[in-house]
Amino acid sequence: MSRIEGVLKALKEQGRKALIPYITAGDPHPDETVSLMHTLVSAGADIIELGVPFSDPMADGPVIQLACERALKHGTSLRQAIAMVKEFRKTDPDTPVVLMGYLNPMEAMGYEAFADAAADAGVDGVLTVDLPPEEADQVAPLFADRHLDPVFLLAPTTTDDRIKAISEHSSGYVYYVSIKGVTGSATIDVDEVAKKVAHVHELTALPVGVGFGIRDAETAAAVGRVSDGVIVGSVLVDTIARHQTDPEALRKALTDLLHPMREALDSLAH
Amino acid sequence: MSVKLTEEMLKALPDARGHFGAFGGRFVSETLMDSLMTLEKEYLRLKEDPEFQATFDNDLADYVGRPSPLYFAERLTREAGGAQIWLKREDLNHTGAHKVNNTIGQALLASFLGKKRIIAETGAGQHGVATATVCARLGLECHVFMGAEDVKRQSLNVYRMKLLGATVHAVQSGTKTLKDAMNDAMRDWVANVDDTFYIIGTVAGPHPYPLLVRDFQSVIGREIRKQAMEKVGKLPDALVACVGGGSNAIGMFYPFLADESVELYGVEAGGLGIETGQHAAPLCAGRPGVLHGNRTYLMEDENGQIAGTHSVSAGLDYPGVGPEHAWLKDIGRANYVSVTDDEALDGFRKLTRVEGIMPALESAHAVAYGVKLAATMDKDQMLVINISGRGDKDIHTIAQLDGIEI
Repeated sequence: MSRIEGVLKALKEQGRKALIPYITAGDPHPDETVSLMHTLVSAGADIIELGVPFSDPMADGPVIQLACERALKHGTSLRQAIAMVKEFRKTDPDTPVVLMGYLNPMEAMGYEAFADAAADAGVDGVLTVDLPPEEADQVAPLFADRHLDPVFLLAPTTTDDRIKAISEHSSGYVYYVSIKGVTGSATIDVDEVAKKVAHVHELTALPVGVGFGIRDAETAAAVGRVSDGVIVGSVLVDTIARHQTDPEALRKALTDLLHPMREALDSLAH
Repeated sequence: MSVKLTEEMLKALPDARGHFGAFGGRFVSETLMDSLMTLEKEYLRLKEDPEFQATFDNDLADYVGRPSPLYFAERLTREAGGAQIWLKREDLNHTGAHKVNNTIGQALLASFLGKKRIIAETGAGQHGVATATVCARLGLECHVFMGAEDVKRQSLNVYRMKLLGATVHAVQSGTKTLKDAMNDAMRDWVANVDDTFYIIGTVAGPHPYPLLVRDFQSVIGREIRKQAMEKVGKLPDALVACVGGGSNAIGMFYPFLADESVELYGVEAGGLGIETGQHAAPLCAGRPGVLHGNRTYLMEDENGQIAGTHSVSAGLDYPGVGPEHAWLKDIGRANYVSVTDDEALDGFRKLTRVEGIMPALESAHAVAYGVKLAATMDKDQMLVINISGRGDKDIHTIAQLDGIEI
């Protein structure tokens, strides 16, 4: 059983929902990332999605675009992001880490070299935004051999046939994109998401994480009620942007943001 | 290393997944997959639909003014001192460039699909103008994304788009050029996928765009075939076109791919010189990667981050290139070369002075290389240069380089 499966299974047995924060590796500075990952765990994270910065993040809104620019200004590369996970693993052997990013940095590094390095560093899953399963035939066996969970996206526009096919290519969890739009853009319609996620549950046995548009305890709870986990990105990255020059204030602000989400999610269990 | 291509092989490309050999494909976020698959299905159906094709052909004739002439450039030929140089006059199309061939086709597709809102990206502004033009004609809402840098250097085209009723969005992200305009267009599309049709201006992007843009632009090469037979009684020996994303080049080349005797030359933007790194020549100096929905040759750093590009011509200032060109390069069917900013400017001046034709700075790259190439060929050979657009939009750039304020 992969680390991701283990964590999600344990949570399910406790009737709890996963809190999955996203930050961009190297933002605000490469020296800060590992420490921020530990902060996320202390504040209640069950799984971390670590973004790999890319020069052309087509599926991201301005908040994460700027995070990529900050990280790239300091030269943060895919190799460095993997090294950050390795460093994180030295003191946290339990929290799963999913690398989330775009295909080209991986292609430039070489798929096999990437898979080797990621597995060696203790990366658990890989979510490549611009890689649908149809194009994943090269990476799939490399990931499978090294027990890296490929996490694919489902969207409001995904047809039933595709939901089934994508789920078959996924392991760990599937990531349901709650809105038609880029990251951090729109307010979600919780009823609509609930309907769609319930439908996704009918088509796959995999846990379903929901992301895009979750910005506070209220939306986290509303989405947590219908899914297996909530993914929180832009609101955290925006907090990083606002406190980028003050690491102490930043850690406190991130904790203040995540804590109420954790509590709101755990209150669903009672 | 060159492969003999047959009509049958060509018909099988791109394959069902949109691949040209190792290139092409569909690398987009999941939200867009359904739209792209619907577009592919509908396009493949309409491609065989006589009503759709008749409407397209009619529009090209009566609205665009096709066929565009194939013109014998007698004085340029004498100056070059080699092969006969002929010019395919895409600059004489309505809106002043080849771009309109494709926007007519895609806007027609949008109408058949019932989409009322159109988005487009643009570099030099030619595709933006061509899109705004067809939207005005069909009464469609039009949004054009343009890098803030390009908005500055192509103010004339920005104003033309506004006059045509389009909303121009100046893109402030990244390098503020064509690639960032394409990123923002994709972002808009993801958010408005239900009612919006994205008219991509070049043969790049996710499948089926490289296929349908190539098909719409192939009218260029088909006409050249016919005109060459009528005027000279044989096929040309060489074809020369500039390559940014590569739509005018693929439109010119495609109908000749199976004709081994016809040499193909795609001319990339060498900028300040390939050796300086300040250029936009991914086929000459890049390597394969994935950007904007397809695998192709890219300009990137060792970590896979997309590199900034430089060209005097905004329309060639793009770090990628259509996947079919990437494939033609790898199988050795087409030659990809580059000329520098300075050579292109010389080409612009030469054609202006010798033939009285002001080419777009993009097309001036093809002129510069074509003249060099003609000099190495025999006098009984025939070379065709695609004048993909006219140079009016570049007058400010040229004047600025001459130190003149207008």
